[in-house]
Amino acid sequence: MATMDKSVPAVETVEVVRTFGTARALDAVSLTIRQGEFFSLLGPSGCGKTTLLRAIGGLDYPDSGTIRLLGQNAEDIPAHKRPVNTVFQSYALFPHMTIEENVGFGLRMKKIPKAEAEARVKKVMDMVQIAQFAGRKPSQLSGGQRQRVALARAIVNEPQVLLLDEPMGALDLKLRKELQVELLTLQRRLGITFICVTHDQEEALVMSDRIAVMRAGKIEQLGDAEELYEHPRTRFVGQFLGSVNLLEARVTSRSGKDILVDTQLGPLRIDSSTQRSPACANPNFHFAIRPEKVALLSRSEGPGENRIPVKVQQLMYIGSETHYDLDAGPQKLSAELMNAKVGSQGYDIGQEALAYLPPAGLIVLDD
Amino acid sequence: MEGLIVIAGLIAVVVLATVILSRHAQRGARAVERVRPRGEIEFGERLTARDHVIRSAITSGPGIAWVTFFLLIPLLVMGVMGFVTNNALKEYQATGSLEAFKAKEVKGVTTSAFTLDNYKRFFGYGRLGFNPLYPKILWRSFKLALGTTICCILCAFPLAFFIAAMPAKYKGLALTLAVIPFWTNLLIRTYAWQLLLAPDSLITKAMNLIGVGDPGSPLYPSAGAVFVGMVSAYLPFLILPLYTAVEKIDWSIAEAASDLGADGKRVFWYAVLPQVMPGLAAGITLVFIPAMGQYVVPDLLGGAKMDMLGNAIQRQFGASLNWPMGSAIAFLSMGAVMIALWIYARTAAKRGAEALL
Repeated sequence: MATMDKSVPAVETVEVVRTFGTARALDAVSLTIRQGEFFSLLGPSGCGKTTLLRAIGGLDYPDSGTIRLLGQNAEDIPAHKRPVNTVFQSYALFPHMTIEENVGFGLRMKKIPKAEAEARVKKVMDMVQIAQFAGRKPSQLSGGQRQRVALARAIVNEPQVLLLDEPMGALDLKLRKELQVELLTLQRRLGITFICVTHDQEEALVMSDRIAVMRAGKIEQLGDAEELYEHPRTRFVGQFLGSVNLLEARVTSRSGKDILVDTQLGPLRIDSSTQRSPACANPNFHFAIRPEKVALLSRSEGPGENRIPVKVQQLMYIGSETHYDLDAGPQKLSAELMNAKVGSQGYDIGQEALAYLPPAGLIVLDD
Repeated sequence: MEGLIVIAGLIAVVVLATVILSRHAQRGARAVERVRPRGEIEFGERLTARDHVIRSAITSGPGIAWVTFFLLIPLLVMGVMGFVTNNALKEYQATGSLEAFKAKEVKGVTTSAFTLDNYKRFFGYGRLGFNPLYPKILWRSFKLALGTTICCILCAFPLAFFIAAMPAKYKGLALTLAVIPFWTNLLIRTYAWQLLLAPDSLITKAMNLIGVGDPGSPLYPSAGAVFVGMVSAYLPFLILPLYTAVEKIDWSIAEAASDLGADGKRVFWYAVLPQVMPGLAAGITLVFIPAMGQYVVPDLLGGAKMDMLGNAIQRQFGASLNWPMGSAIAFLSMGAVMIALWIYARTAAKRGAEALL
């Protein structure tokens, strides 16, 4: 296994289906995860991401479809023989064993000679900084420390693929941010393929090489962080990763790279050269704009292309930026502006202004 | 007169116990007072040392009194009675005078009312040299209790997991069915087994078909019948605590073991068994101790040919009218059970799951 061809995918799922009763937890999921990649499965609870992870780990079996681990059909490999280890959401540490015994459990099961096992356990415990807790029981550790133990217990086995089920789910925000960086550093150092399940979009954006956004048992969109954020393909992805203003458009005319549309906010121009959706060709479609792409102008600048008269309805000042809820007549818009100016940032509640929606910032969506 | 002395003595013992206990509570409270002069705040109330004593007397007083009067003192009386000669005791019972326990001179020989003979006899010192009667009885009872416990474990394990895996609405029903035998008196249940194992019962006929027992004769008395009776009598004691433990199993720990390379057997051994150990240990204690003293079932289904500890004690207090000997047997067999449980608890605590099976 060690001298494996690096071009073979670490994990490959083909049309994997898993149903619980009448609910389809996985609905023909196909994806390819490369070796050495930090891959995240992102989605709301109940979208099937954990089920997919469990199927890869061998803790659950698909009703149909194929899972390949390093090119090998995983159906014939029971969980305890897969070159895969899991960091469980609840950590699932053995409560009756010491930290050292917990970490060494996998090596003990594989009957690794004692001296070698001890050396490996020690090395990993040093790496994740839990060596000083070696003799303690899991109940004597804090959440962050347990998380490290769970991580050490998995990576000591040098798996080909490490599965992480909401690894930061039970930790507070500050600790989570610290551990995100640590986890990423560790992954780069070990070169192990990490597959991480999370519902935290920021966590996924920060850590992952690629992200699969899942919804109702299907992969809604797959790509790297920037691609998913800048070019969400559906309303769901747009809303799940960050926030968006959603609008409906009726095409009035096209010329060159411009699409002129009629919306509830009046006529708008969309730059089609930045679009990836095939829906651009449709007579009607939805489109989105990220709040930070919206610019606010003073009314005195006068009307113009893609300029919409608005009134500040509500504002949230959060230091580096200010979030505005704008009343644009039939629809509300939200805008997020960096407070880059020195002194007062200008717009107060009730004040009238112009919202400028840049044509290249409007994202046409598939659905 | 002597009766009054005894009652006064008993009251003195209880008062002493309560005083010792409240002194203990008081000392604890004083230690707190040194740090917080105005008393400790507990459940939103400020409690002084006196409050602590009053409260502990009200809450634990009745329990202490009960245990003292109905357990500790009788036990003490029993322990002492084992050191008394039967003649002295009989004399005391006849005359009601403590004079009975004074040493007597008969034909120039001084005989004490106190003796070690009863206890020595239990260990095999007979009047005619070594006589292993009581060690044998103890060993027989121990074997019966151990066998019953093992059979109960073997039956209860699959059953507990089976019930725990049932849909929620059937669990209650299944547990009730498991406990239903408790609704009937043990004696009646045991006689019922005699009927079920009688020559013309379906069970006997079925067993005869596979070559067990002689057609036309009952399946009892036999060792098998005794175990059937014992297991059916004590199984619920093991099922209930074990089921409670199985219900609480964190299956993600079993999944973690499997994920880390443990096959089915080792998942059970390292991840499941340790989680049910508390329930199993409680069940074993609940079955082993009463099974050790059981004699109705071996009598009725085993043919009353062999003495169990229970029979031996009962006979000494009954037919043989030798209360001191009965006391000695009871006292020492209790000691034996306690030692067995102590060893069991020590090893179980030291080595975790491995100690048990």
